[in-house]
Amino acid sequence: MSTGTGTALEVVGLAKSFTSDQGTVQAVRRVDMSARPGELVTLIGPSGCGKSTVFNVVAGLEQPSAGEVRIGGSVVADRLGASAYMPQRDALLPWRRVIDNVTLPLVLAGSSPAAARRQVEPLLRRFGLGDFARAWPWQLSGGMRHRAAFLRTVAAEPGLALLDEPFGALDGITRADLQQWLSAVRAELGTTVGLVTHDVAEAVFLSDVVVVLTARPAEVAAVLEVDLPRPREAEDRERASFGDLERRLRHLLREASWASVGPGAAERPPD
Amino acid sequence: MKAGLSLVAGESVVPGVGRRPGARRWLPPALVLIAAVGLWQLVTVVFGTSPTILPGPALVVVSTWADRADLAPALATTTVEAVAGLALAVAVAVPLAISIDWSRTARAGVYPLVVASQTVPVIALAPLVVIWFGFGEGPKIGLVALFSFFPIVVGAVQGLASADRDAVDLLRTMRASRWQLLWRVRWPSALPQCFTGLKISVTYAYTSAIVAEYVGATQGLGVYMNAASQAAPRRTDLVFGATGATALATVALFLLVGLAERLAMPWRPPSRS
Repeated sequence: MSTGTGTALEVVGLAKSFTSDQGTVQAVRRVDMSARPGELVTLIGPSGCGKSTVFNVVAGLEQPSAGEVRIGGSVVADRLGASAYMPQRDALLPWRRVIDNVTLPLVLAGSSPAAARRQVEPLLRRFGLGDFARAWPWQLSGGMRHRAAFLRTVAAEPGLALLDEPFGALDGITRADLQQWLSAVRAELGTTVGLVTHDVAEAVFLSDVVVVLTARPAEVAAVLEVDLPRPREAEDRERASFGDLERRLRHLLREASWASVGPGAAERPPD
Repeated sequence: MKAGLSLVAGESVVPGVGRRPGARRWLPPALVLIAAVGLWQLVTVVFGTSPTILPGPALVVVSTWADRADLAPALATTTVEAVAGLALAVAVAVPLAISIDWSRTARAGVYPLVVASQTVPVIALAPLVVIWFGFGEGPKIGLVALFSFFPIVVGAVQGLASADRDAVDLLRTMRASRWQLLWRVRWPSALPQCFTGLKISVTYAYTSAIVAEYVGATQGLGVYMNAASQAAPRRTDLVFGATGATALATVALFLLVGLAERLAMPWRPPSRS
C-alpha cells in the first residue's frame, strides 16, 4: 500500500553466481529494474534464464554477488520480510485451514490467530474465498489454491509483492481467469507487484512495464512499456493494440534469446 | 515383519484394498484365519496329538479363559511395560531427531551412533539390565524403549528433512524464526513418517517386553509363559493362549496408534491409502 512518489523497488547492476563443487555458474550477469509504487513490473525471459534468481535476491533468500537492491528507497542488508513472496507452487501449508494460511504472515509477525482472522476475513469474502475460509487446502481446486496463496501474499499489506510464475502450474482457462482476478484485486489494493513469467500474453495483460531478459546468464535485453488503459478486461485481449504489444514482446524475446547465442552460448548449462 | 513392511507403504495392508468398505477389507484375512484354525483343530483330532505338544484351538481357548484370573494381571503388567516403553522411546526419539535435523554437529556426531546402537543385541543386554536394575518393571520399560526408539528417530529425521523447500523459503521471507519454522512447517511435515516409525515400533513392543521378562521378572506374560512351559504336566495350551493374547494386544495397540495418527493430522483427506 505504498503511496507517493519515488520507487518501491530499485535493482541496480544485480549479478549473481553460484559456486559449488562443480565450479562457478553465473546465473545473472547484470539486471537493472525498478517499480514505482502501485506498478506491476514483469520479468520475462527464456526458461531457466535466472528470473527466479533475481526475485530470490530481492526477497532476501539469496545475497547478490554484485549490485544493489533498494526497497522503498533504502538499501536493506537483511531484506527478508521487506517484501512479500509468492513461490511458483502455491506452498499452502496442508495443516492450516485456508484462512489460517492467509493469516500466516500476520501470525508469524506476532498477531494473535483470532485477530489475524478478523483482519483477513473481509479480504477472503471480498475476493471470492469466503466460502472456503474453513476448508483444508486439499479441498480446493488449483485456481482457488492460487487465490489463497495470493491473498496470503498481500495479507500483511506489503509495500512490494513478488510473484514468481504464480500461475505457471495452471491450465489455460484457469490462468486467464486468475489473471483477470489478480488485475482486479490489485486495482483495489494498489499493491506494487514484481512478476516473473514466461507467458507473453500474461505479461502484456498484467504489466505496466515488462523487462525482457536474455538467456542465462541473464541481462536486460529490452524494456517495454505497456500503455494499455486500465482496468483491463478479458475482451481487451482481442484488441489490435494488445496484439501489437504481444507481437513486439515476442519479437524482443526472440532477439533476447538470439543475443545470448553468442560466444558464451556453449558454456551455458542445459536447462 | 510383514506388518512392518506393508505399513511403510501406507495405511492399506493389502495394496488396492484400502479404499474398500470394511467387510470387503477384513473378510479375506478372516476367512483364511478361520480355515487355518479349522485345519489346526482337524489335525489335532485326526492325529490325536498330545495336548502338551500341540493342543487344539478349542482347548486353547477354553483353558485360557479358565485361567483368565492369572493371565489378565500378566497381560496388564506387560501392557504397562510396552506402552510406557513406547512412550519413553517417543520422548527420547523426537528431541533427538529434532537436534539431529537442527545441528550439523549432532547429525555428524549422534546419528551414526544411533544407527550403530541398533547393532547392539538388545536381548543380550537384558541380563545386564537385570543385574544392574533388578527384576522390576522399570528395566523392562527401558529395554522396550531401546528396542523401539530407532524406527521413530529414523522416521522423524527423514520426515523433518522432507519439509517442502518452497514452504520453508516462504516462511523465511516472512522472517520466521527457527522455532517457528520447526513448529509451523518441519514438525507437521514430519508427523506422517513419525507415525510410520511408531507403528513399526508397536509391533516390537510386546515382544521385547516379553523377552526382557524371560530373563528375569516377577510378573508379566514372559513369566506366565515360562511358568506354563515348565509346569508338570506342561501347559502348552496356556503358552498358546498367552501368545494369542499378545497378538491381540499388539493389534489393539496398533489400531490405537492408527487412531491417534488420524486425530493428530485432521487435515489429511479421508480414505488415503
